[in-house]
Amino acid sequence: MASITIRGVKKNYAKTQVVHGVDLDFASGEFVVILGPSGCGKSTLLRMIAGLEEISDGTIAIDGAVVNKLEPRERGCAMVFQNYALYPHMSVAQNIGYSLKVAGVPAAERTQRIRAVARVLELEHLLDRKPMALSGGQRQRVAMGRAMIREPKVFLFDEPLSNLDAKLRVQMRSEIRKLHRRLSATSVFVTHDQVEAMTLADRLVVMNGGRVEQVGTPADVYSRPASRFVATFVGAPAMNMLEGEVVLDGLSLLGGSRKLNVSRTGLAVGSKVAVGIRPEAVRMVAPGTPGALAATVDLIEELGAGRVIYVDLDGASFSAVTSETVHPEPGSTVGLQFAESDLHFFSSETGARLDVFKASVPAPAPATL
Amino acid sequence: MEKRVTFGKWTIGILFAVPQLILIFTFFYWPAGQAVYWSLTLQQPWGGGNIWVGLDNFRSILANADYWNSITASLIFAGISTGLAMFIALVLAALTDRQLAGSWLYRVVLIWPYGIAAPALAMAFRFILAPEAGFMAFANHFWPGFWDPGLNGADAMASVIIAFSWKYVGYNFIFFLAAFQAIPRSLIEAAAMDGSGVIRRFWDIQFPLITPTIFFLLVINITESFQDSFGIVDIMTAGGPANATNLMVYKIYSDGFKGLDYSGAAAQSIILMLLIIALTIVQFRFIERRVHYR
Repeated sequence: MASITIRGVKKNYAKTQVVHGVDLDFASGEFVVILGPSGCGKSTLLRMIAGLEEISDGTIAIDGAVVNKLEPRERGCAMVFQNYALYPHMSVAQNIGYSLKVAGVPAAERTQRIRAVARVLELEHLLDRKPMALSGGQRQRVAMGRAMIREPKVFLFDEPLSNLDAKLRVQMRSEIRKLHRRLSATSVFVTHDQVEAMTLADRLVVMNGGRVEQVGTPADVYSRPASRFVATFVGAPAMNMLEGEVVLDGLSLLGGSRKLNVSRTGLAVGSKVAVGIRPEAVRMVAPGTPGALAATVDLIEELGAGRVIYVDLDGASFSAVTSETVHPEPGSTVGLQFAESDLHFFSSETGARLDVFKASVPAPAPATL
Repeated sequence: MEKRVTFGKWTIGILFAVPQLILIFTFFYWPAGQAVYWSLTLQQPWGGGNIWVGLDNFRSILANADYWNSITASLIFAGISTGLAMFIALVLAALTDRQLAGSWLYRVVLIWPYGIAAPALAMAFRFILAPEAGFMAFANHFWPGFWDPGLNGADAMASVIIAFSWKYVGYNFIFFLAAFQAIPRSLIEAAAMDGSGVIRRFWDIQFPLITPTIFFLLVINITESFQDSFGIVDIMTAGGPANATNLMVYKIYSDGFKGLDYSGAAAQSIILMLLIIALTIVQFRFIERRVHYR
């Protein structure tokens, strides 16, 4: 177990900078997930912790000791790679035991430890096989075993589940979670899959464009996204975002075509904002209901447990998730309703979250449109 | 399912194969058949047909000490030049794969020697390794008599080996480099995470994974060292001094076209062919077992 401290870390490739000064603290034994779209620098950050990528600027410390100049093997990290990176010419047992062999552990002890790890991962009957003769999930487990056997201070996962099919992914996800509970080693898990991120993380780090956008528990990040990017990236279907302007008695939306009456936001009149509302927070009501917003149904996606309804709001696309027994037809008009407390405000210029309704009303009145 | 091209009529398929079949027949099976025929007959001195002599040609060759000397020289040449060409190429490719400074230069430059015709490169090396001028003259200045391929058989053998290896280093390098680059980067990184240093990684991960390429090059290099050495020997030493570099392929030429012993030369070429076939079979039987195919 070890804590990781990242201070002002940057990464440049020739002239392009891919990580712009990241500061993070991972507590000992924590399961941290770094979430972001491809190319956001999350893998690069992970590889800098591992020692596979040089750190251009700043420091990374494991357990208080700066590791910038240390070789990967001296850092006490183990890594699970996206494509498993199993040694094709070695058997499963040799793959798992390779690090011990390099470290000069006697053969008898090696065999014993390989067996112990194989038992945990249910690989005992496969020890003599070559990676080629394994299924995707089995390969994944061998890769985990190879990381586990070293009893590392830190586990690093580089999108380890993205090559698996959907069902296996869910299964491996819970196995990784169980394994972490059992070993309680500090784990850093990189992914672009938000479901993976939400389900695995003790703490979530959302990255975009080489910068950290938000750090927090999954629930935090979902309910109080720190920026417009986080708001639209986390959650599926994505949060609806409407451009607006603060006017005297509320908000003018979509270039003035709609008006939203909200309590005093504390924002200066005339400031441009983006208003976010999660599809799950939208209620479908009969058209013409007082205070409801009329919109035309575009498309309906059946999910089984509910349905996603995409509507057209004066040219802007807007979605709602509903489990209610409303069955609107495409082309029909529906009413949309939502609570004031479910609105998220972001600055149109910087994308940062704007804290409005500081003294939030206990039972918020429905916002009228 | 493998995709297959199918033809409505089988004759169309045959027609496509015909040009290649004609080439193989004209330039391989026909000459090879002729060689077999000549090796079993004796040509009349002034023409007028061949006399069937059975295996007499083979008997007389194999009873000849000069011929055994030629076989020994060929085996030494093949062994050392293959080892040298492969080892140097392997080291260069491994360094280039690690992206060391100037690696882009090797990549471009190293294939060129293979494109040079053997006689041209032999001529160049004849000058480079001349005992009376240049680099080796410098060595001779300090240790008189140290280097003289004109009189010393070992020096002459070393010269042809150096010239031949130089040519094949480039060829081998390209294959080795391709093999190294085909190893996924993450395998090397995984080994690094597992605590393996540069040298250890090379032996544990990279070397086993390029064994198919090593095996392929071994077969090619040995085969070529028996055949492609002709031009180099002819220009640099002409088989001398005292038959020290009279390799089998060169002896076939000098006995046949200079000594005008067509039948004996034909028999020698059959023996050379059998030797190469036998060596290749041995390699496939005993070395290929240690190759890891992915």
